[in-house]
Amino acid sequence: MEGFRYLKDVVTLKLDQAACIGCGRCLEVCPHQVFTLADKKASLRDRDACMECGACALNCPVKAITVDAGVGCASGMINEWLQERKLRAPGGSCCS
Amino acid sequence: MPGFLEWLETPAGRVPRISPALGFGDRMGACKARWGIGRMSYMVPPGLYAIGRPMATAPVLVTANYKMSYDIIRRTLAGRNVWLLVLETYGINVWCAAGKGTFGTGELVRRVTSTRLAEVVSHRRLILPILGAPGVAAHQVARRCGFSVSYATIRAADLPEYLDNGMITTPAMQRLTFTFHERLVLVPVELVMALKSAALIGGVLFLLAAALGSLAAGITALLAYVGAVVTGVVIGPLLLPWLPGRSFSVKGAVAGLIWSGAFYLLAGGRAWGVPATLALFAALPAVSAFHTLNFTGCSTYTSRSGVKKEMRIALPAMGGALLASAVLLLAARFLFL
Repeated sequence: MEGFRYLKDVVTLKLDQAACIGCGRCLEVCPHQVFTLADKKASLRDRDACMECGACALNCPVKAITVDAGVGCASGMINEWLQERKLRAPGGSCCS
Repeated sequence: MPGFLEWLETPAGRVPRISPALGFGDRMGACKARWGIGRMSYMVPPGLYAIGRPMATAPVLVTANYKMSYDIIRRTLAGRNVWLLVLETYGINVWCAAGKGTFGTGELVRRVTSTRLAEVVSHRRLILPILGAPGVAAHQVARRCGFSVSYATIRAADLPEYLDNGMITTPAMQRLTFTFHERLVLVPVELVMALKSAALIGGVLFLLAAALGSLAAGITALLAYVGAVVTGVVIGPLLLPWLPGRSFSVKGAVAGLIWSGAFYLLAGGRAWGVPATLALFAALPAVSAFHTLNFTGCSTYTSRSGVKKEMRIALPAMGGALLASAVLLLAARFLFL
């Protein structure tokens, strides 16, 4: 994103080009212009710009895209960890 | 319901016609929600609404039932004849609700069915905000209810241009930003939430410093801590693009370091001695770093994997800094005095 750049080489976004049918949905839903389309195949133009919102994967009709999407704030994740370890009751906090 | 004018008769029953003008109560409500007052119950009933006098051919725009979303969109569509389909997201905005799946395929299909939208309009097209896409699978909506989904714009403000230009999304309408103003409006609610926990920690800190040292030490520790929290919650996010590093915790730590220096000068730090000074410069950046790291939840460009990676490194570092700071202060109190 213009003026902002997050950590390099961390995102879990994957595109299976062989499965891609070139519908272009991923280009429509991505707010960071991660994808580009050429010769009826999508490709990753700027993978590090991905914020893992999951819109592309959900809207891909042939499931050619995978990404580990989910809550992205520190306190939300601390709560997730605590809940997984049964140290805290589910619910509450963050933007829930 | 907010902004209700009258009932509009349609083949699928009556639909409320709502005003695109916001009243004092709407503005007041938005202001309170920004400060975290009544924010979790700030909602409107889901369903179909009419803005202007829409016909069967009028476009259908979809939004969440967070009242601020509803208000922004009806104000933006002033002077137009459109249908507004409000989904039940339990008072959560489009993007967060899409992330949770409540602004999702299932709810959209259910709402299209329950409002009998297919009888109200003659076309089969739904216009959704781009930030709703993480919850909605367009191809499944089409398969399940026959309506095609168009992802229009990120910002409601771009909707008039989108509608006027034959429903074409320009590159600018699709580009997410994080301007100073966009960051500023997020700060109040973050501050209110942070100060709730900070009040408790600050109280304990004050009592400990006052009991082990003096009343003056208690007040000094409290001010230093609260300043570090505010630095992390307010200054870190506002200065985000200008603070060094990509990591939010590094940005926060730098802001906290500046606060440490300022506080050292303002509070007469030269009289503190070496251990207390070191403790201050270790603990305050750690506190600020934690709060700025937490702002990743509000940011528009950080990824979950990136935050995970940051946390694995930053949380132990923050813990270490706080521990070192406590050891220094206790050693100075019990060993050297």
